[in-house]
Amino acid sequence: MSGFLRIAGRDLQLAYRARGEALLAVAFFLLVAALFPLALGPEPRLLTRIAPGILWVAALFAVLLSLDRIFLADREDGSLDLLYLAPLPLEAVVLAKILAHWLSSGLPLVVCGPLIALLYDLPAAAYPVLLAALLLGTPALSAVGAVGAALTLGARRGGILLPLLVLPLYIPVLIFGVAAIDASLLGLSPRPQLLLLAAFALASLPLATVAGAAALRQALE
Amino acid sequence: MHRFANPGRFLRMTDRLLPACGVLTALCLGIGFYLALFVSPPDYQQGETVRIMYVHVPAAWMALFVYATIALAAASLLIWRHPLAAIVARVSAPLGAGFTALALATGSLWGKPMWGTWWVWDARLTSVLILLFLYLGLIALQNAFENPERGQKAAALLALVGAVNLPIIKFSVDWWNTLHQPASVTRLGVPAIHSSMLWPLLIMAAGFTLYFLTLLMLRVKSEILAARIRALKQAATARD
Amino acid sequence: MSAIVANDLACQRGGRPVFSGLGFSLSAGQCLLLGGANGSGKSSLLRILAGLLPCSAGSLTWDGAALDQDPLHHAGRLHYLGHLDAVKPALSVAENLAFWAGLQQGRHGEEALLHFGLARLAGEPARRLSAGQRRRLALARLIAAPRELWLLDEPSVGLDAASREKLENALADHLAGGGRAVIATHQELGPAQAGRLDLNAFPPRHPDREHAW
Repeated sequence: MSGFLRIAGRDLQLAYRARGEALLAVAFFLLVAALFPLALGPEPRLLTRIAPGILWVAALFAVLLSLDRIFLADREDGSLDLLYLAPLPLEAVVLAKILAHWLSSGLPLVVCGPLIALLYDLPAAAYPVLLAALLLGTPALSAVGAVGAALTLGARRGGILLPLLVLPLYIPVLIFGVAAIDASLLGLSPRPQLLLLAAFALASLPLATVAGAAALRQALE
Repeated sequence: MHRFANPGRFLRMTDRLLPACGVLTALCLGIGFYLALFVSPPDYQQGETVRIMYVHVPAAWMALFVYATIALAAASLLIWRHPLAAIVARVSAPLGAGFTALALATGSLWGKPMWGTWWVWDARLTSVLILLFLYLGLIALQNAFENPERGQKAAALLALVGAVNLPIIKFSVDWWNTLHQPASVTRLGVPAIHSSMLWPLLIMAAGFTLYFLTLLMLRVKSEILAARIRALKQAATARD
Repeated sequence: MSAIVANDLACQRGGRPVFSGLGFSLSAGQCLLLGGANGSGKSSLLRILAGLLPCSAGSLTWDGAALDQDPLHHAGRLHYLGHLDAVKPALSVAENLAFWAGLQQGRHGEEALLHFGLARLAGEPARRLSAGQRRRLALARLIAAPRELWLLDEPSVGLDAASREKLENALADHLAGGGRAVIATHQELGPAQAGRLDLNAFPPRHPDREHAW
């Protein structure tokens, strides 16, 4: 347990020391969201209608940008070898890193979500659902993304390959995340969609740690 | 299965099976096409265009069947390190992608007379499109490493991850489709299957499967021979 | 006498054979120096001993038990020092060492920094270190948490004479205390009576045609 916390803590410490980069990802999130009114016109009803979708797609892109941070630096400076030799299972190492990634890259997006909702004039009733959906969906994004990052460690053109692999796997989160907010906009209960998001997050965490550890072992040679 | 870990034995088996397989494939596809194009009845709603179904549906089935094959080969590679499994997975991915693209193209052709557009975001077509992306990811990952063995193992792991996610993706796309069902009918209407339509469909499916197996054996055989040439070259350069 | 015994060991990397037929025995207090041309497999052998790379043939046992039988237990009794230093530029010297020492349950972090002359720089961010200082920080790990087996890949690269002497002292203490070490090095290192293994003497054997895939 202490090893797990130590590894997660160090990743968080490193993210904090490089907090400018985290802010870059948030800026990217806002920028993507700002592009669509420029592209489609600022008509309020249209914007409110497409806001949930834009928000989630922008969140997916922002998470993708931050994914190579999870393992790449450790591989390049030799820390990955030592983490493999650490006195805890590699699965625990992967889980610690997923947790740290979510806290440092996912949570900022959750905090910024309402800001984008403001730009798109989402009604007040949708805000709690928006926060809940992002809160439940972003852990799965970190988990599945970590598997992709581990698989593409050391690959040629890893930067463009990672989104290709990971985006299809993000589709369930995208669909249910948007559906939850849409439901609240229509005055319906978002519970089924939120429960599905939670289920997906809960299921993806253990699977991601196993798959991620297996992928890291492949990358060791 | 483990008997075929010896490449020589595998090659001898394929040499025996290939001619028979090829002939059977030609037979099945020939009969299937004849039944599909001439014998089976036109649909009372869709007319003659329903005949595209006899290519579209088996192609979609094959897209899934080949993915299942790759997932099985992937498990076999990662758990038992079966050398044949790596080659089967590597060779099947482009074949599966081909079937998927065929399913998409024929789906589009089928839909055009009905909806007036070349594409519609029908639940099944969308799922098949996502399946195509999964295949492309497999192929890209396989070829992304200097060490081909690493590429195969990474692609195998991705195939398993994808296999677990596929039902979830399908479920979420179906949900999404029911949420956004526009007024006009967008389901690729496979008509209620009558036996006069079922038989050609099954024969076409069998023909496609045999086609896949024939191609698979051919390509695995050529991969084994290519590996042998590489090993001989390595040994020759080491001696000098 | 618990010895590490390698028998008919062969290694493959990237699908190509690197060495084969390799054998040695290493007991407590002994040091084995690996020599050989670049690419002969010194780093690969160290990685196999660490459990980071599987061997493609042969056996490797410690006290009769195969090394890969219990990977976590085996990892817990060795220190591996590769070409890279595993130093994070954004963290301070002390923070860098404290992380690894803490993970490996070592309590001698300050002592280690002192030994390798880094105590003065403890609070400095690691990005300000020179290459030699970074190497010394990596070496400090060896003392911060005592472990039985040291696997060192070119440990003295970039070190000046004084630092090399500190490494020699640490190595001598380690061996005197019953530890053992396998070191790949081009330079003269280690005790005079250290065993030597020249990997050029174990060229790779190519697989026979019939079983080639």
